[in-house]
Amino acid sequence: MNRFAELLDRVAFEHSRNGKLRLLADYFRTAGDPERGWALAAITGALTFRHAKPGLIRALIAERTDPVLFGMSYDYVGDLSETVALLWPAPEGGMGHNAPPPPSLADVVHTLDATPKAGLPRALAELLDQLDETGRWALLKLITGGLRVGASARLAKTALASLGDLDPNAIEEIWPGLTPPYLDLFAWAEGRADRPQTSDPAPFHSPMLAHAVEEADLSTLSPADFIAEWKWDGIRVQAVVGRAPDGQRVGRLYSRTGEDISSAFPDVMEIICSDGFGEAAIDGELLVVREGRVEPFGALQQRLNRKKVDAKLVAQHPAHVRAYDLLAANGEDLRTLPFVERRKRLAAFLARGEPARFDLSPTVPFESWEDIAAFRRDPSLAGAQDAAPAIEGLMLKRADSIYVPGRPKGLWWKWKRDPFTVDAVLMYAQRGHGKRSSFYSDYTFGVWRPGPHGEELTPVGKAYFGFTDAELRQLDKWVREHTTNRFGPVREVEANRTTGLVLEIAFEGVQRSTRHKSGVAMRFPRVARIRWDKPAREADRLESLEALVGERKQA
Amino acid sequence: MTTLLTPTREGLYCPAGGFYIDPVRPVDRALITHGHSDHARAGHRAVLATRDTLAIMALRYGENFCESAQAVAYGESVNVNSVEATFHPAGHVLGSAQICVWDGKRRIVVSGDYKRAEDPTCAPFEPIRCDVFISEATFGLPVFRHPDARREVGKLLASLALFPERAHLVGAYSLGKAQRMIALIRQAGYDRPIWIHGALEKITEYYQQAGIELGDIRKVTAQDRPNLAGEIILCPPSSIQDVWSRKFPDPVAAFASGWMRVRARARQRGVELPLIVSDHADWDDLRATIRETQCEELWVTHGEADALAHWAATIGLKAMPLHLVGYGDEEEASEAAA
Repeated sequence: MNRFAELLDRVAFEHSRNGKLRLLADYFRTAGDPERGWALAAITGALTFRHAKPGLIRALIAERTDPVLFGMSYDYVGDLSETVALLWPAPEGGMGHNAPPPPSLADVVHTLDATPKAGLPRALAELLDQLDETGRWALLKLITGGLRVGASARLAKTALASLGDLDPNAIEEIWPGLTPPYLDLFAWAEGRADRPQTSDPAPFHSPMLAHAVEEADLSTLSPADFIAEWKWDGIRVQAVVGRAPDGQRVGRLYSRTGEDISSAFPDVMEIICSDGFGEAAIDGELLVVREGRVEPFGALQQRLNRKKVDAKLVAQHPAHVRAYDLLAANGEDLRTLPFVERRKRLAAFLARGEPARFDLSPTVPFESWEDIAAFRRDPSLAGAQDAAPAIEGLMLKRADSIYVPGRPKGLWWKWKRDPFTVDAVLMYAQRGHGKRSSFYSDYTFGVWRPGPHGEELTPVGKAYFGFTDAELRQLDKWVREHTTNRFGPVREVEANRTTGLVLEIAFEGVQRSTRHKSGVAMRFPRVARIRWDKPAREADRLESLEALVGERKQA
Repeated sequence: MTTLLTPTREGLYCPAGGFYIDPVRPVDRALITHGHSDHARAGHRAVLATRDTLAIMALRYGENFCESAQAVAYGESVNVNSVEATFHPAGHVLGSAQICVWDGKRRIVVSGDYKRAEDPTCAPFEPIRCDVFISEATFGLPVFRHPDARREVGKLLASLALFPERAHLVGAYSLGKAQRMIALIRQAGYDRPIWIHGALEKITEYYQQAGIELGDIRKVTAQDRPNLAGEIILCPPSSIQDVWSRKFPDPVAAFASGWMRVRARARQRGVELPLIVSDHADWDDLRATIRETQCEELWVTHGEADALAHWAATIGLKAMPLHLVGYGDEEEASEAAA
């Protein structure tokens, strides 16, 4: 457990993704079975401890410390698990000369699993006595469900895949059928055994992805080979339904990376788990559709990243799957069929059961690439009408393409619409992390609005990419030379009618927001250009952003 | 309460002896515990301190940092007017001393900053029996229990092994911490050159001249920076966020400080590799030391004074937080609290 805790502690401070991967891979290579398997379970969230609540931990520490000192300490540290881990007194007389080795993560899992609720305080106290500070911290984080260490499930699986030469998606595909401590999975990753046979009735299928395309690329392609569809502005999902050996129907909703997001979408789950739905694996876009109309991405965002949802939220933002591919049906793998054939089967599948909350993503008929370019500029030309705000661009898929996991060359293309842009004034800059820790690389920018003393800037967003390394150096220099105030890692810069740096910000949409003082929040803002030439007073005004709320650009 | 020493705006004052201890403003006569800039300031007329502390002050402020300097050896007693002052090792940095003042009736020990953990670069702390013990409390909260420094150095060396293509920048205060880190790294068997930022050069050379074995030390020049992948570079903590750090290959930002014990503190500074190595006594050592002095009264100069005074009261001591202003302002004003 102490070793696992050290890993978590180190990973939490590491800024670079590559660095985190190396730390995780190094641990997986050296920690041994079954410890590393339990560690993988802990990081991927496959471990839950129902009975350990913060109240129990508070009670344990209250028995062992002076309440005044505990209060001062908690105030100072600001985190209960960490305070308790640091304060926990060494056991009376130490653990003795013949003390057993500290508990492994496997010991911790078994102990907590085998202990009835009433015995938990004592069992937990014994574990805390045997661990060092980092071990105690990790244990308390783990059992209270607060294990946020900056390592996602996906990252852990990618690190595991790197032990051998596996594609992380290959792990995702079999993941739902595996159980901790994953001995078979590690054996496979290390080339000591075959791919584990899982009998998961509703497995994830590694998705096929598209390459971005520019107008110039299209001239080499023949329009007749392709089928066009709208690119919907939701999230890519897979709805998979199968039947377990005992005859039970099993349904799951997966994100693009194979994360099981079923629990966040009970409305979709109700449909796919009903008897009439059939057994299938559907690839599609998850959207919020209200009264037949697709809502902008912001509405879907309300439903994402939630473990549980309440009925009100579901009613307000009803989820919907716009299906565009059928990967399997009634136990048959369809991925080797051409796309045009899979689409036919998908249409037939949806026509047969007419499941609520599902529809077929329509094709967009076209003759030439000029047609496609025109539809991209204005989707209503191709009949998108009021769905236009939910359209992110067009997908071009070869009619004869089989379904190839990953991002194969030449089969699928995506052509996104142009982003919105706004000219904003740089107001604050913050130092970055890792490689950028000596650069002011995170920029808060604002636009003009009327204030009590004339025009004033109101912050509307923050951007930290979109510029080249050379531009970053120029921006950093500008910030250092125009600093008017410092707050820790943040610098306030000159930003007024006469002096200020204008940044052209590209973004995907605007939403009303109560959290931002300006009342609007931008989606996916990034620096498109540095407008060294433009006077600050000519930057945009708040009205121009407000006018875009819920809009998609009509170029 | 005794009037042998009394807290004033300038610092602790001894009316009978006519001197201050670690005054924060210029005074006529000052006794200095150690060379950190929040305790040892320039501009006093007469200064009494250990030879090493005087030398460090001269390195930092120039030879003319006071009108008259008098060196005192550990264990030596000096009579200042009617008061006897004795300097004893404090284990904090090279030359650091506790100052024991005695007027024939009462004995008061002013600890200055101190630690009990092993340090190959300075003389170890000696507990002195006294009536009143005046302690620091930089880490005077029970959450501060420093781990074995060797374990922390092990973390640094493990990271170096895992990331041989990255430069490892270790932020460490220039007086004491940097040299102790180097000595600890050497004890762990690391024998490659250790690189230092120019700001650490003078003090590090002084340590070497004082006979402290630090191995092959090299000053980083601008041309060296891109070529220091897989090397250890010590620098002042603020340099890590400075333009200076840019030219190093994919640097790992480490910071050696007792503050690294609390994760939020390390995160706020953007540290990637926190190394919990402190030159101050932790909670357990503060308490053990106070008990060893067998004092009846505890005064706490700075740091988490309320918590330590609260604990002292629970074991029956008369305890008083002084909340002296000007100490432990970290590296913004000085670089004492590490």
